[in-house]
Amino acid sequence: MSLPAAAETALHTFSQPISWEQRARLLMAWGEQLAPLSEDERSEANQVSGCESQVWLLGESHNGSWQFRAASDARLIRGLLALLLVRVNGLPAAELRSLDLADWFTQLGLARHLSPSRSNGLHAVLRRMAEIAGA
Amino acid sequence: MSLSSPWRADFPALAALLADGQTYLDSAATSQKPQAMLNALLGYYAGGAANVHRAQHLPGARATSAFEATRQTVADWLNAASHDEIIFTRGATEALNLLAYGLEEHFHEGDELVISALEHHANLLPWQQLAQRRGLILVVLPLDASGHVDLDAAQRLIGPRTRLLAISQLSNVLGTWQPLNQLLALAQAHGAITVVDGAQGIVHGRHDVQQLGCDFYVFSSHKLYGPDGVGVLYGRAATLQRVLPWQFGGEMLLQTDYYTAKFRPAPLGFEAGTPAVSSVIGLGASLAYLAGLDSDAVLAHEAALHQQLLSGLLARAGVRILGTPQTALASFVVDDVHSADLAHLLTEQGIAVRAGHHCAMPLLRGLGLPGAIRVSLALYNDSSDLERFFAALDQALEILQ
Repeated sequence: MSLPAAAETALHTFSQPISWEQRARLLMAWGEQLAPLSEDERSEANQVSGCESQVWLLGESHNGSWQFRAASDARLIRGLLALLLVRVNGLPAAELRSLDLADWFTQLGLARHLSPSRSNGLHAVLRRMAEIAGA
Repeated sequence: MSLSSPWRADFPALAALLADGQTYLDSAATSQKPQAMLNALLGYYAGGAANVHRAQHLPGARATSAFEATRQTVADWLNAASHDEIIFTRGATEALNLLAYGLEEHFHEGDELVISALEHHANLLPWQQLAQRRGLILVVLPLDASGHVDLDAAQRLIGPRTRLLAISQLSNVLGTWQPLNQLLALAQAHGAITVVDGAQGIVHGRHDVQQLGCDFYVFSSHKLYGPDGVGVLYGRAATLQRVLPWQFGGEMLLQTDYYTAKFRPAPLGFEAGTPAVSSVIGLGASLAYLAGLDSDAVLAHEAALHQQLLSGLLARAGVRILGTPQTALASFVVDDVHSADLAHLLTEQGIAVRAGHHCAMPLLRGLGLPGAIRVSLALYNDSSDLERFFAALDQALEILQ
């Protein structure tokens, strides 16, 4: 299973030995690349509950492959969302379902954000993504 | 001036956390434990565990007497009139739920329950849900700008329909001592039952429940340097008689046949099932440890450290402190910085502080904030912890601003 090109780039960037400051700056830079959501799209229905910050997630299936868009009012979360989207966008539903996203964040050196005690909502985002893709 | 805590070495976790790169400034969530408590837990388990108030055998008798000795220690700590006024629960939250269920039958449609806008969810949800069950009116006392209950408003809102006042002693978000004397007097003038949530207050200074004059006082062990899994409900004997048992089973009964039962009076009638024996014994050891400290010195140390925390925060551009904290903690936000981002970068640097709504969602929403960072202090913290915190805060802000 080959990685999407943007995911390759992310993996290359984040798997280097980097300081926490560099990682934070990188995360924020990735977050800035998220395509913005419109006011209407930042609706309560699209909001992922269970996050410390506000997070919105939308997904659509085009010809059997999924495209997600996401936003957050917190910058580092935006970075995590961007790194999530580059990994999942364009995948067929079956591949998305079998994808180990915890492993993806572990490869990026960001596994801590998926630890059970984190309330930053990445868990909740993954759950919502699975719901959207399963519907 | 650099303050060092003379009690820090009594808490082995502080050194362990530091060795792990962690600076612990989240004691309002839960505290670290003194060696004396660890010894008591080990002593109990290593010496032979047993259930309490059941068996005749020696281990059972020993466990029961150690367990009951803690009840007396707690009664002494609060200056309760009798150890029978001390009920062990699983936590402060359970103690408040016990009251909300156990007092339920005294309330009728249209009666008013009064709380304040700064209550922790533990002292909000039991009353909110009780109000929904019984058709009662939940009255929320507003705060003034400093983060204290507005007494003028309280004067208007506490009235002849008030059946119960449930109020925090020390806010877990704002660090403000609430005007308990005035509020309790207002409620008592109308014959209302009074409940004080002492979860934060109990940790700072000694409080005399008879002097306070409340009907109930609630706290949890784990914030008071004791084990988790134990809370305390103090109930003034006369009012405690009005509380019905809410959980059933175990040894809380006097006699039963298949169809009816007669229950024990307080405290055992409210302690259905096997209690957290080891944790209660551990709480006794923590209180004994605390009783051996110079309490004036502890308070002075905490106050001086709190001043350092406040002045350090105020010295930083863009930092806004919530309310006017008087003791032990400060919650803050930084202009144009999301507190989730700040929390993220403090965590990266090994600073253990709390971020989010602090189990007081309506309060944060009322302040127009999605969340805040809370730094909270305990007697084992010292200036070195704050220095590491401020260095990390500056680093984080440099990245975020």
